[in-house]
Amino acid sequence: MTVDIVRSDSAIEARYAAESPRRLGLLGYWACFRGIVWREVLRFLHQRERFFSALVRPLVWLFIFAAGFRQVLGVSIIPPYETYVLYEVYVVPGLVGMILLFNAMQSSLSMVYDRETGAMRTLLVSPFPRSFLLLSKLLGGVAVAAIQAYVFLGIFYFWEADISYPAHLALLAVPALLFTLLIFNAATEAFSETFIGRAITAAALAQIVILAGVIYYWQLPAPSMNYFTVLPALLLAGLMLGSLALFISSVIKQLENFAGVMNFVIFPMFFASSALYPLWRIRESSPLLYQICLINPFTYAVELIRFALYGQIGARLEDGSLDLTNLYVVTAYTVLFLAAAVYAYNPSKGLIARRGGPGGSA
Amino acid sequence: MTTDAASHPQGSAPSQPDALVVSGVSHSFGEKRVLDTVSLTVPRGTFAVLLGPNGAGKSTLFSLITRLYDNVTGEIRILGNDVRRTPGAALQRLGVVFQSKTLDQDLSLQQNLLYHAALHGLGRPEAKRRAAEALDIVGLSDRAHEKVRNLSGGQSRRVEIARSLMHRPGCLLLDEPTVGLDIGSRESVINIVRGLVQRQGLGVLWATHLIDEIADTDLVIVLHKGKVLFSGQLPGFLAHTGAKSTREAFRIITGTTSTDEEAA
Repeated sequence: MTVDIVRSDSAIEARYAAESPRRLGLLGYWACFRGIVWREVLRFLHQRERFFSALVRPLVWLFIFAAGFRQVLGVSIIPPYETYVLYEVYVVPGLVGMILLFNAMQSSLSMVYDRETGAMRTLLVSPFPRSFLLLSKLLGGVAVAAIQAYVFLGIFYFWEADISYPAHLALLAVPALLFTLLIFNAATEAFSETFIGRAITAAALAQIVILAGVIYYWQLPAPSMNYFTVLPALLLAGLMLGSLALFISSVIKQLENFAGVMNFVIFPMFFASSALYPLWRIRESSPLLYQICLINPFTYAVELIRFALYGQIGARLEDGSLDLTNLYVVTAYTVLFLAAAVYAYNPSKGLIARRGGPGGSA
Repeated sequence: MTTDAASHPQGSAPSQPDALVVSGVSHSFGEKRVLDTVSLTVPRGTFAVLLGPNGAGKSTLFSLITRLYDNVTGEIRILGNDVRRTPGAALQRLGVVFQSKTLDQDLSLQQNLLYHAALHGLGRPEAKRRAAEALDIVGLSDRAHEKVRNLSGGQSRRVEIARSLMHRPGCLLLDEPTVGLDIGSRESVINIVRGLVQRQGLGVLWATHLIDEIADTDLVIVLHKGKVLFSGQLPGFLAHTGAKSTREAFRIITGTTSTDEEAA
């Protein structure tokens, strides 16, 4: 036994215990940021049900709700639109906002869940500053939401292009085959995880080739919206909603409360905004609701996305200057929510410390 | 592997700080005082058992050491680094295995480890090297690309230990790591950690309420109702209480008369 102790004493010099803290340089920050975003995206790709339902939700609104409302609700010409637009076109920015909103709340749900399982704690024992960690996690969530938004915009593009008969079949063939395979496998478990993973990759590649082929063969026009300029708006709006959700995640204690988040956050924010109907319409029917819409941060996020989809930041005012209200308000709300979230997760002052900490402890 | 010993030729200087020093730490949630001037020291190369029933304050102590919330009073040092003043350096030297399961079930073992390496700012090639090394230590090298979901409880615990080693900590905290494991898995987990203490010179704080996990050479720290009632070697513990068995000693020192199996 004494021999053992002597040996372990001499070993102390060499190994883990003798290492000294490394300097966390810029490369370290970059590695950390990349790692957190990478994990969020990886987790999302592994949750097929989540991807599927995240995509179906706005599509249902687009194909069913908006199609039905087309006759009921006429949209007059308001910036950024230069002509009369179909209701389906009007509602696209709102549905993109909905994707961001649901994703933000879902990642807040996962953060509450994380906190209960302890994954939030593994994040917070990282030696990097906590605000940096939380911001990285938020941007990871925004990346996931942006992927979904682009898939939705892609589908909208083909819907808008009004393609002729056989093109539908070409577009839907691979998704339908893949869907059948997944359903079949869910029922029988006939194939291995790796096989399914490869099938999905192959299907994605095949679909890209088919998309390009359809665009080329049927000479589809360029999209009516600008899919590049919308990216910064997506990131900023996503960050705003994400920090709001992060703050909420530090306040709600139980996992079940996500139903409450749906009722008290998602639905009011979505409906009391310009997502589904222009604000002047709302003012006509209810001045009070109009006021509520005006303080709703989601309204400004949707309008920011709406203008960005047409390569603009805001409407042109009468004196010729640009109306930057949307940008300013979204930025201000982002700073406010982010500060609140960082405060809530601050170890000495935060809500977690005061309340007795994440799940199970104490 | 660049050893820092190279840049410090006199690296074996006598002034080597202890792995973990907690001194005079109290903590309250509202009116309830959960920790009352707790002090304890875990030297390097020591396996310290933090023994206490549920609700003794173990988890709160762990939350303070991992800086989930700040210690308002007293001081916590990890290899000489104050947790409040230099949290970055302190957390870099600290490895933690939490009580609840914290691995991503849908990701592979290696992906889980790489994520953790990123959290410590390690680049990809280095992270992959260390993941292989850490999985080798816990004996799961051949399963690096499997999903965590397919592992047994004991195996995921070993992955969590591997993960906590990715950044080569000098101090390792484990919060009831054997809860819910069968006897075989428990033994393998304990042996891995004891091996680390011997070979890597780690200071380990092992929280448990299971008395049979204590070995003769361990440092025993008894925490009860937020107070440290005893800290020392096992023989000293028995002598201090005048008991014949550890179980009896624990009962005497905590003043619990019942044979509460869960607490003992």
